Amino acid sequence: MKSKLMAALLSLTMAAGMLAGCGKGGSSGAGKATDGGKVLNIYAWNEEFKSRVTDHYPGYEEVDATTGKVGDVTVKWNITPNQDNAYQNHLDETLLNQDKAAADDKIDIFLVEADYALKYVDTDYALPVKDLGLTDEDLKNQYKYTQDVMTDSKGVLKGTSWQGCPGVLIYNREAATEVLGSDDPSEVQKAVADWDSFEKTAEKMKDAGYNMTATTNDAYRVFSNNVSGKWVQDGKVVLDDNIKNWIDLSKNMMDAGETTSADLWSPDWSAGFYPDGKVFCYFGPAWLINFSMAADEAGSIANAGGWGATEGPQGFFWGGTWICGCAGTDNKTLVCDIMKQLTCNEEIMLDIVKKDSDFVNNKPAMEKAAADDSFAFPVLGGQNPLPMFCAGAEKCDLSNQSAYDQGCNEELQRAMRNYFEGNASYDEAYEQFTKAIGEKYPELAQ
Amino acid sequence: MKKSKVVSYNKWGYIFLIPFTVVFLVFQLIPMVTTIYNSFFENYRSGLMQIGPNFVGLENYVTIITNGDLPTYFANTMIIWVMCFIPQIVISLVLGAWFTDPSLRLRFQTFFKTVIYLPNLIMASAFSMLFFTLFADGGPINSILMQAGIIGEPYQFMSHVWSVRGLIAFMNCLMWFGNTTILLMAGMLGIDPALFEAAQVDGATATQIFSKITLPLLKPILIYVMVTSLIGGLQLFDVPQILTNGSGDPVRSSMTLIMYLNKHLYNKNYGLGGALSVFMIIVTAILSYIVFKVTNSRR
Repeated sequence: MKSKLMAALLSLTMAAGMLAGCGKGGSSGAGKATDGGKVLNIYAWNEEFKSRVTDHYPGYEEVDATTGKVGDVTVKWNITPNQDNAYQNHLDETLLNQDKAAADDKIDIFLVEADYALKYVDTDYALPVKDLGLTDEDLKNQYKYTQDVMTDSKGVLKGTSWQGCPGVLIYNREAATEVLGSDDPSEVQKAVADWDSFEKTAEKMKDAGYNMTATTNDAYRVFSNNVSGKWVQDGKVVLDDNIKNWIDLSKNMMDAGETTSADLWSPDWSAGFYPDGKVFCYFGPAWLINFSMAADEAGSIANAGGWGATEGPQGFFWGGTWICGCAGTDNKTLVCDIMKQLTCNEEIMLDIVKKDSDFVNNKPAMEKAAADDSFAFPVLGGQNPLPMFCAGAEKCDLSNQSAYDQGCNEELQRAMRNYFEGNASYDEAYEQFTKAIGEKYPELAQ
Repeated sequence: MKKSKVVSYNKWGYIFLIPFTVVFLVFQLIPMVTTIYNSFFENYRSGLMQIGPNFVGLENYVTIITNGDLPTYFANTMIIWVMCFIPQIVISLVLGAWFTDPSLRLRFQTFFKTVIYLPNLIMASAFSMLFFTLFADGGPINSILMQAGIIGEPYQFMSHVWSVRGLIAFMNCLMWFGNTTILLMAGMLGIDPALFEAAQVDGATATQIFSKITLPLLKPILIYVMVTSLIGGLQLFDVPQILTNGSGDPVRSSMTLIMYLNKHLYNKNYGLGGALSVFMIIVTAILSYIVFKVTNSRR
C-alpha cells in the first residue's frame, strides 16, 4: 500500500516536472535551482565528470574535494571506484532505497558506461531526457551512437554524454616504415583495410620481429561493436558470427605467434608503448592516445611522437561516460541545465576540446576542430586524427546492445583465452563461457 | 527464610560468558541459521530486478552437485592444499626440531623465529600481487631465467595448470610455515627432556630420537596442525583470487570453493551461495569434531 502511494507520488512529481521543463533554456546555470531541492547528489566512479563540471559549468563553485555549490544548491559528489564492480554495487543499493531516502539523500544524477548502460536505462530509475526538459533541437548535434546507447527498449532516450569515443587503429610508425615501406596513414590503411589484409600484414610483422597487436583482446571491441544481433535473444545466449570471427582470427594469430593472450591494462599489454615492446598496433580512441600510452615518459613511443593513426578494418568506439537524471530528484531544473550546458552547448564543448583534449559529442564543434591544424596530436607526430574520429563516430552502430553486454564480453574473453593458449578446445572454452554466464545471470543458465 | 552462608560465585561465571555469547549469537549463529534457511530458496538479482525468494526445496543442492561445480572445485582446493601442506609440515618439523634441540645451541634463534613468521604479516593480496608481477610473461623471473640461458623464450606461468597451482601452494606455504613451526616447537618443548636424555644415554641416534620419541609424542599437536590447516585450506581464497584475477584459470583449474562462492556474489545469489556454504559448514564441522576427539583422548 505504502509503496503504491509512493509510486503515485513519484509519478505526480514526474508529471509536474514535465510541465515545468527546463525554464527558458537559459544561458547561465547560477541560481537556477527553483525546484526547492537543497542538495544535488551525483554518483560517479572517477573524477572526470567532476572536473568537467568544475571547469566548464557556469556558476559552479568548488567548496572542497567532495562538495561544490551552484547558487543555493549544494552539490555532493559520491565517487566509488569501478574496481570489482564496486561502483555498480553501491549504485544498485542506493537506487533500490531511492524511494525511502530523504529528499536530500536521493540520487539526482548518476553516471553510466556503455557496457552496462541498459541495465539502468531499461528501468524507471533513469528519467527520460525529454521529461527533464531537453528538446530534439537541443540534442540534434550529438552523434547518433551516443544516443543509441542510452535509448531503452521502448525507444526512449534516457541520458546524454558530452564525449564521443570513436576509435582508430594506432600504429607504430617505425615498424610501418620498416615493414610496409611507408608510415603514411593512407599507405598503412591499405595494409589493414580489412581483416584478411590485417592477417597478412600480421605475418609480415612477425617475420620482422613485431607482434601485430599486444594482445588478442585489443581487437575485440572492433568485432563486438559490429555484431548483427544481440548477445541475448529470447532468453538465450547467442554467439554472433562476428564474435566467432574474432575467435578464429585470434586463434590463428596466437598459433602463429603474432600476438599474446595477456589482459588489457596488464604490464605485458602496455610493454608495447615502448620501442622494446615491439608491437605494431593498438586499437583505441582519443583518450587512449592522449592519456594512456605513457606520453609523459621519456623513451616511450608516444613521447617521441612515434605513433600514427588510421581507420583500420572496421569502425568502433571505446569508453565514454553518460549522464542520467534519476527518478525522484528534487532538482530537475538543475539536472537538466547541467546536461544541456555540458552536452548540448557548442561553445562550452569546444572549450572542453581545447582544455581537456576530449572528443566531444557535438558534430559542428568537432568538424571545426577537425579542419584546424592546431588540434594535431603531438603523440601522433603532428597528425590531426580528428577527421577520422568524426567519420568513425558517424559510423558507430549501437543498436545491437543488450543489458548483458558487460558480463558476456568479459566472460567470453576470459574463457576464450584458454582456447587461444591451447589449454582447452573451442568447445570446452565455450562451455566454460556458458557456465560463467549461468553464474552471473542465473536466468540464462541452461 | 534462612540466608545461605555460602557466597555464590556462579553468577559471575555467567556474566563473564555474556560478551562471548552475544558476539557468537549475532555474528555466527544467526548468520549460519539464515544461510541454511536461504539455501532452500531461489533468490537473486538480475540487473536491478529482484527474483524470488521462491521456495525450491533442495534444488540448489542438486544443481551444484549435478553440474559438477562442487566436486570439481572441491578437488581443486584439496589438490592445492596438499601441494602446500606437505612441504610446509616437513620444513616446519625440521626447523622445529633444530630450534628445540638443546645440543645444537643455535644462535640468533629469536631473530630466525621472527623472520620465518614475517611472511604471514604481509597481506595475502599484496603478496599475490607481487607474485603476479614477478611471474608475468615479461616479468623479472622470466628475464632472469632467459638471461641465465635456462629458457629460450618466456615461460607463461599463468597459462599452465601446474605452474599456477604450484605458485598458489608455494605462496601459502611461505606464508604459513612460520606459524606451523611455532606451534610444533611449543609441542616439542612440552616433551619431558628426561626422555631425550635417556635415549641419548642408551645410544640412540638423532634420527631415532626424532622418529621414536619426538614424533609419537607430538601426534596430538600434529593432528591439530593438520586439521586447522585443512580448515584454512578449504577457505583458500585471497591468493588465487588475486593471482588469477578471479578467473581461476587456466580452465578454472585453480578455482577454489570460496572463489566459486564469490562468483555468486555478483548477482546476490543467496540460494546457490547458501547451498555451497552449508556444504562448507558440514565439512568444517566434521573436521572440527576430529580435532575435538583427538585432543580430548589423552591416553
